[in-house]
Amino acid sequence: MQVKIVSKNFNIPDSHLLDVALKNGRYSTVEKLFSMNPDDVTQEVVNSGLRGKGGGGAPCGPKWKMMPKDDPRPSYLIVNGDESEPGTFKDRQIFEYDPHLLIEGIICSSYAMNIHEAYIYIRGEYKFWSDRVDAAIEEAYKAGIIGEKIMGHDFSLNITVHRGGGAYICGEKSALIESLEGKRGHPRLKPHQKECEWFFGNPATVNNVETIASVPYIVENGFGAYRAHGTKSSPGTMLFAMSGPVKNPGVYELPFGEKMIDFLNVLGGGMLDGKKLKALIPGGSSCPILTAEEVQTAVLDYESMWDIGSTLGTGGMIVIDDSANMVEVAKNLIEFYHHESCGQCTPCREGTSWIDKILKNVLEGSGSESDLNTILDVCGTMNGKTICVFAPAVSDIIVSIVKKFRHEFIAEFNKQK
Amino acid sequence: MSKFLYTQEKEQEFQRLIIKYPNSDSMMLPALWLVQEQIGWVSPESMIFVADKLGKQPIEVHSFASFYTMFNLKPIGTHHIELCKTLSCMLMGSRDLKQHIKDTIGITPGQTSDDGLFHLTEVECMGACGGAPALAINGKYHEKITCSGLDKLVKECKSCK
Repeated sequence: MQVKIVSKNFNIPDSHLLDVALKNGRYSTVEKLFSMNPDDVTQEVVNSGLRGKGGGGAPCGPKWKMMPKDDPRPSYLIVNGDESEPGTFKDRQIFEYDPHLLIEGIICSSYAMNIHEAYIYIRGEYKFWSDRVDAAIEEAYKAGIIGEKIMGHDFSLNITVHRGGGAYICGEKSALIESLEGKRGHPRLKPHQKECEWFFGNPATVNNVETIASVPYIVENGFGAYRAHGTKSSPGTMLFAMSGPVKNPGVYELPFGEKMIDFLNVLGGGMLDGKKLKALIPGGSSCPILTAEEVQTAVLDYESMWDIGSTLGTGGMIVIDDSANMVEVAKNLIEFYHHESCGQCTPCREGTSWIDKILKNVLEGSGSESDLNTILDVCGTMNGKTICVFAPAVSDIIVSIVKKFRHEFIAEFNKQK
Repeated sequence: MSKFLYTQEKEQEFQRLIIKYPNSDSMMLPALWLVQEQIGWVSPESMIFVADKLGKQPIEVHSFASFYTMFNLKPIGTHHIELCKTLSCMLMGSRDLKQHIKDTIGITPGQTSDDGLFHLTEVECMGACGGAPALAINGKYHEKITCSGLDKLVKECKSCK
């Protein structure tokens, strides 16, 4: 079931150290990389169908092609390691067990886009992991793998770790750049046409950690080898995470297209003793919830998940058992979003606060069925009327819980009478 | 108000980092992290110091620092317990841990113990869902924590002062 492309070295002791990493194939793509034309590297990534692993699933290659050609300004690569989506803890594994794979990926991606400065934005809470990546970068500089004329080739590259300060919204790429520019992490208005990002007015590309870590395999083995895994429209693999009351929670690399229930029962080991599956949030808390019934037939690729009205997101699954009260689940999630809303757009700032208050009242015993209509109404106001996708995501998850578990809300109201 | 200054080591780190960015504005986060590492919180004097260093107004530094929840704008206890409360941790028992901290240390989220040893913050998802319930003490993650496991950690904190 597992296919180890990104996670190949995760189980090797001390795999984060350069000498161990070198013995296990790290930086072996560099020679081939420099024998290729940068545009050919980009084309290889386009052909591989590699999709962004940060949640959106947008194709990576076409994004690289949006970088302006022959621009006199310096270009930047910004690696998004702000991993804060509840249920998601996959990039952390790359930082911990194979930081040199990430560096190798940055070398490949930077060469393809003619970039000489890269930043890795790592969430502030991940101090241990940002220190580990820092140490790996230091080793790579000393060994001449990055810096001036890397590994003897006429190409220089600097990599800097930038530590976040504890704001979920900085995982949104334009908010991340704002934060990197020393401002509050407020997402930017999106341009009318698709274009690259801008860092202090210079062209920039933002890619997720796992996306970048997938690039060396594609460069080394060609797009065909990557496409040999997964499905036609969701090629390759993804680090799927599983948490909640299961026997073996953790991160596992799977090709796209596997059955969710197999993942849960085989790798996840099934539910903890005596627990029964009630629901599952598929890809980080921003993805519409699935009932136990839907989980039986769900397939782990982008298109299949869209077909059943949810999304694959970051692949971080939260398993919910039958002892959980779904009103409490909804309250827990809305508290998260209320806390993390950047406050820029009124529908999001006020909407998350209202729903939080309504659900608090419900749990304290003063709820009524009309509250559900108010919640759906507020969600309608949040969806599609804000600068970034934070509010639509809140709306999606809350609406899905209210609609699929309406009976539990009703039971909560009746309990109080 | 006494003036804030980086230690020599922090000043060197600041100078090492500032050349990594095309614009010194990017130093806001790193500069504040250096402050917090030095004194445990971001004091008003330190904001004036950072503002001077980066050519900003102190209010801009305050506006920035107050957006990022990890910066302590007030002094806190010696051992900062950050307890994750988000879904996976809630499902796996973070509420029991919160109650246990109240029963044994006598603090609720936002409070510092009378002896100044412990400060509790309830935080949103720490990215440790596979090890739920999780908490961090002074930034170090502890996963799959039980009440007795927490007691042990608290004891260790007390013995190391």
